[in-house]
Amino acid sequence: MIKNTKKAQKNNILSLEDVSISYGKFEAVKNIFCNFKKGDITSLIGPSGCGKSTVLRSLNRMNDLIPNCSLKGTVLFDGTNIYDKRVDPVEVRRRIGMVFQQPNPFPKSIYENIAFGARINGFTGDMDDLVELALKKAALWSECKDKLNDSGYSLSGGQQQRLCIARTIAIEPEIILMDEPCSALDPISTLKIEETMHELKKNYTIIIVTHNMQQALRVSDMTAFFNAIEYEEGDGGKVGYLAEFNSTKKIFSSPKEKITQEYISGKFG
Amino acid sequence: MEEKLALFKNRKRFGIEKNIDIIFKNTALVLSSFVAIILLGIVLVIFFQSFESFSRYGLKFLVTSEWNPVKDEYGAFTAIYGTLITSFLSLLITIPLGVGTAIFITEDFVPKVFREIIGSFVELLAAIPSVVLGLWAIFVMEPFFRAFFVFLHNFFGWVPLFSTEPTGRNSLLAILILVIMLLPIVTSIARDSLNQVPKKLRNASYGIGASRWKTIFSVILPAALSGIMAGVLLALGRAMGETMAVTMIIGNSNAFSWSLLSPGYTISSMLANQFGEADGSQVSSLFYAAFVLMILSLVVNIFAQWLVKKFSLKY
Amino acid sequence: MNSLFYQQNSSRNIGDKVFTSLSLICVVIAILPLIFLVTYILIKGGAQITPELFTLEPNPPGDDLDAGGINPALIGTLIITTIASIIAIPVGVGGGIYLAEYSKGGPFSRFIRFGVNVLAGVPSIIAGVFIYALIVSTKILFGSMYSGLAGGMALSILMLPTVIKTTDEGLKLVPNELRYASLGVGASMYTTILKITLPSAFRSIATGVVLGIARAAGETAPLIFTALFSYYYITGFGDLFYEMGSLAVLIYNFALEPYDAQNQLAWAASFILVLSILSVNIFSRILAALTEKTKRV
Repeated sequence: MIKNTKKAQKNNILSLEDVSISYGKFEAVKNIFCNFKKGDITSLIGPSGCGKSTVLRSLNRMNDLIPNCSLKGTVLFDGTNIYDKRVDPVEVRRRIGMVFQQPNPFPKSIYENIAFGARINGFTGDMDDLVELALKKAALWSECKDKLNDSGYSLSGGQQQRLCIARTIAIEPEIILMDEPCSALDPISTLKIEETMHELKKNYTIIIVTHNMQQALRVSDMTAFFNAIEYEEGDGGKVGYLAEFNSTKKIFSSPKEKITQEYISGKFG
Repeated sequence: MEEKLALFKNRKRFGIEKNIDIIFKNTALVLSSFVAIILLGIVLVIFFQSFESFSRYGLKFLVTSEWNPVKDEYGAFTAIYGTLITSFLSLLITIPLGVGTAIFITEDFVPKVFREIIGSFVELLAAIPSVVLGLWAIFVMEPFFRAFFVFLHNFFGWVPLFSTEPTGRNSLLAILILVIMLLPIVTSIARDSLNQVPKKLRNASYGIGASRWKTIFSVILPAALSGIMAGVLLALGRAMGETMAVTMIIGNSNAFSWSLLSPGYTISSMLANQFGEADGSQVSSLFYAAFVLMILSLVVNIFAQWLVKKFSLKY
Repeated sequence: MNSLFYQQNSSRNIGDKVFTSLSLICVVIAILPLIFLVTYILIKGGAQITPELFTLEPNPPGDDLDAGGINPALIGTLIITTIASIIAIPVGVGGGIYLAEYSKGGPFSRFIRFGVNVLAGVPSIIAGVFIYALIVSTKILFGSMYSGLAGGMALSILMLPTVIKTTDEGLKLVPNELRYASLGVGASMYTTILKITLPSAFRSIATGVVLGIARAAGETAPLIFTALFSYYYITGFGDLFYEMGSLAVLIYNFALEPYDAQNQLAWAASFILVLSILSVNIFSRILAALTEKTKRV
């Protein structure tokens, strides 16, 4: 383990220090400083193109999979810079799980969807128990306990997304990243997932990207507002930055920045 | 949760798993480079094997037609001429037929079901082995066309291409069997290119009052031209390299003649015929001929690929 | 007076009719010989099918009365195509995996994809010439010259581009979300490929590969001076290192014999070859059409 020289605050589970991310030549986000506290739900909000999803994907090195994507700066997880050359990205993803925008169950049975991740993570306990536990935590158990051998695709969109959450829980990550998990879902499914998140909060740290400000207000303790400004060179391209980061209450009731105020009151975005 | 975590004993990826990952990737990398190795190997091996003949005859090999294992004198002009004339003439017949068929099955002259049946039937024929086509050519096509060839010679004997008495197998039969082999290629590629022409182009033309065929000739065909061209080039490469059917029907004679009604030779039929029994410097000359064939088909294929790339960038 | 009514005799409408008829004539000229060809092979060849055909050795030409059977050639075709598949499928699938899953569109993968297309365009007889120079004339395979093994190698060169292409394209159709899902739960790249992406693309890859095998089974040119031909039963493993017959080469050799009995045998072999290749093609087409339909629902 590579210990950070700076003294990280004890309850900061994840910290970004001067992070800039580029796609090829184009900078997507710039100079992000941000600390995520253990056990909190943190929302990342902001207008489209501000790089909030890019930042989220950088937190468990999913952006490694995008050609030309590069990151400068430090992402500290548990005292380790996860972008250190010696770090194994697969290891990072085992400890920081991710739920995606589109529900993406494997083309396998519901049971196998959950067992797959656990098995490759070296799970040695009782698989039936784990599947049940994960489905219960994702509030899906009652709906599918009788059809565990059916394909994951036989579920509705909202159920599929909860299956994906259950799959992530089953590998017992320390952090769960959620990339607009409800954007493809109807309001009722959305509500169910939000309930699930409240349940999960007891055991996990959650970071969620959302374009829905009501959702951020409902579910999160902390909110990070990202904004995009045009390049100084002025060729029309935009680069994202972290405009304001505070408790959700403060962001929505008394934001410090004028731009935050304008965004949450719906003047742009 | 704490006691649950304890169950993930092997949570950290073992060194062995990380190594499997790396080995897997590198194996795939090596396997994918096999293509390049084989391609390079083919070019090098054939070049070096033909070196003896190449240093002896140089480029003269390409323009002299004496091929005499007894006198140990070799020139491949007859075969090269045969390769070029059969492939170009067969293409000349195939293009209108194939493009015409493609137009018929992309326009709505008949219900879709029929068009799809015609389309997939033509494509199925691409799957028939060429040796079977050769067999058919020997026993069905040759007798069928015999009278027609006599007629051709009697009335058009003054044209050099028909100047000899027809005697059984000949180059013209090879051209006809090539037409049958190339039709599926040209038709299916032409159909795909025609289907790729954006609908709005057609509507624009109809919208200003153009008739159907006016639209086809002045809007649709030009838009699909580069795709069709690429298909034609692929067919040309195929025609030049085609071996079995041609070998079986062309008559395999190295005596040079301009006439299509006399037996001829192509590079590939010469290889098929002589390779098994050749020895000495004949082998090297055969490799030289194979090298020429390979260069011809490489040039045509690379040009076709370049066209495809240019074409796909446009839409 | 200009009328909106259809005018039969206007030059435009006559021209349209002429061209429509011309394109119909093209279809007829293109289709008729093809229909004739297939029917002829099936009728003429089908008439020669007897049970002995599958069990006997072919008799050497000259014996007018009875040509014997095609058993060695039939088994030979199966063996040679199997050898070709054993070589081409792992190499091709592995190469396709690299192109689709690992390469990020850089110069190397562009070069390999280009090479695949070029290799696909190499005349089949050149593959035979190459293996002749590399294997047959050097006697590198334990001193054997012409052999079923060499023939299989020549065929594998022809199969390789097809297998790589179908694997590459099949894998590219697998949505990225599925890869992310697997990597997101901490799977290694190879687990993701073997357990998730490859199974998802299995059907399209398998279809392409089977079509490639069917095509290779009918190839003759690469075999005539690598595997050569044999009249005798294949009895054991050691026969791999000797001349081996195949349906395709049998058709070629016996079509050129002046004896009727041998010609009949060539027709019978054509019937078997064409029937099996066409049924594989038709079956995979139907399968592909069915998959497409279920996907749309």
